[in-house]
Amino acid sequence: MIEFSGVSKTYRVARRQAGMGNALKSFFSREYTLVHALTDVSFTINDGEMVGYIGPNGAGKSTTIKIMCGVLTPDSGTCIINGRIPCKERIAHVRDIGVVFGQRSQLWWDVPVADSFDLIRDIYRVKENDYRKNVNDLTELLDLGEILQTPVRNLSLGQRMRCEIAASLLHNPKVLFLDEPTIGLDAVSKIAVRKFIQRLNTEKGTTILLTTHDMQDIEALTQRVLLIGRGKVLVDGTLAGLKKHITSRKTMTIEYRGQPPALWEGMLPVQSDDGRLVISFDPSEIPVSQAITRLAQTTELVDVSVSDISTEEMVAKLYKEYSL
Amino acid sequence: MKVNVKMYLSLFRIRFHRNLQYRAVVLGAIIKGFFWSLMEVLGYIALYHANLTGFPMELSQTVSYVWAHQSFIVLFTVVFADGEIYSSIRSGTVAYELVRPSKLYGRWFCQSASNRLSFALVNCLPVLLLGLLLPKPYSLTLPSSQAQLILFTVSALLALCVTVAFAMLMYISLFYLVSQRGIQMMVRVTTIFFSGGIIPLPFFPDPVLRIVQWLPFAAMQNMPLQIFCGSIMGTVAAKGICFQIFWLTILVLTGRAAMEQATKKVIINGG
Repeated sequence: MIEFSGVSKTYRVARRQAGMGNALKSFFSREYTLVHALTDVSFTINDGEMVGYIGPNGAGKSTTIKIMCGVLTPDSGTCIINGRIPCKERIAHVRDIGVVFGQRSQLWWDVPVADSFDLIRDIYRVKENDYRKNVNDLTELLDLGEILQTPVRNLSLGQRMRCEIAASLLHNPKVLFLDEPTIGLDAVSKIAVRKFIQRLNTEKGTTILLTTHDMQDIEALTQRVLLIGRGKVLVDGTLAGLKKHITSRKTMTIEYRGQPPALWEGMLPVQSDDGRLVISFDPSEIPVSQAITRLAQTTELVDVSVSDISTEEMVAKLYKEYSL
Repeated sequence: MKVNVKMYLSLFRIRFHRNLQYRAVVLGAIIKGFFWSLMEVLGYIALYHANLTGFPMELSQTVSYVWAHQSFIVLFTVVFADGEIYSSIRSGTVAYELVRPSKLYGRWFCQSASNRLSFALVNCLPVLLLGLLLPKPYSLTLPSSQAQLILFTVSALLALCVTVAFAMLMYISLFYLVSQRGIQMMVRVTTIFFSGGIIPLPFFPDPVLRIVQWLPFAAMQNMPLQIFCGSIMGTVAAKGICFQIFWLTILVLTGRAAMEQATKKVIINGG
């Protein structure tokens, strides 16, 4: 169980104006400003849960993860994971967790991946049998076969990321933190990584906290979403609930032949091309079936599709709503 | 906490594999070691010709000192490769190192020592061999007795540890500094000069030597090299080893405390 209560963290950042004069001035005296990365953040994540942690850049996502890993000490508040305070009992704590920092690498750059894995085995003192089994499983699931013998410097980003994820799981962690695990990956690799994460959660019951900017990750993986902005938790709920919160309207795209259909009250045109029309409406006012019937009365419909607001749009709206 | 010997061996192995990969570097280091020593030896021989009695060490000792110095240079150079430690701090990958269930000090210490040791293993023997093959008076003389050889080995290992322990202080300072260049420059010059990397410490003027011989730098290469060439022996050498242990203890304790402080305060920005 992960319990975050009232956690705050502030950084001190040196600042100066551009230009030679200011550069010289700052050589002798520096000005600092305080950046509040987290202010009074509280939430609880139960065992076996998979939670998406979203927010714009600089919202405090990575800070949260680093506090959970015991790398950073919070200024105030407490973080307790499985009964331990990460920054106080770092070594005991990190034995039980796995971390993937999508922007950094834990593999040794100039030796084959398998060598890095061996080193990680020895750092965590993973038993040989468990290690063999884990490597075999991970090789199969993440399709690492031939990659393992290749030096990391010769891997593509997608291959490397799969190895990074495997490296974080060699010691069977109960909790896994993924900090932008799909950053920069192509569609195929993203899907492979997502599938794997999903299996890990359902089969092994690993608790997973995932930060990402890719809303498809969130859509594919998580039920619960935490939205953080300016160091505060703004929304804590399900993805579906969030969508409802943002908008109750649906979007309908129709293709028609002949003259454009007449719109009823409550139907707003969003986009109109020749033979194609996008409208938005509130299904509580006009049920979907009725909307289609009404449109069909005035034109010849070729194709109809109805959709919710996309997750991307939703998040953009959320950010806007909270003026992040 | 139990010391994780397996991890240290594994670290050593991974470093060793890495250094074997870069053949051109090994070859370059051998060539450089050989010609540099030869040049230095020629210089000293010219000086000894001018005044045979004015020097604190015999010519053959000085020549051996020079050869041994070049052969073992990577073991005893404070500012040496260790690129991954610098870049780990600079790029923030140190975050990964901190989510491992082991102390960072021990791991980096071992990593740095392995780096030097593995490099020296492939690099120093050829230079020593080349030094042995040369005719007198240019050639290297091996330690004459077994006792001397043992003393040298012990002292060399201690010197390696003192060197790494000192380098660790520099690495820890990087948690507070943005760039490593300034500190590297200062440390490089100071340590090479005061540890006998330019001229052997006995060549220093007496008043200077009186102070320099008590500094931690004197516990670095100065000690094993002087034992190797026979300039110090027996009880003096044993005392020297105690002196090395003394500085090693102080440097390691300071380093560990500093690391504890640094990792508490560390902030890793971005991503």
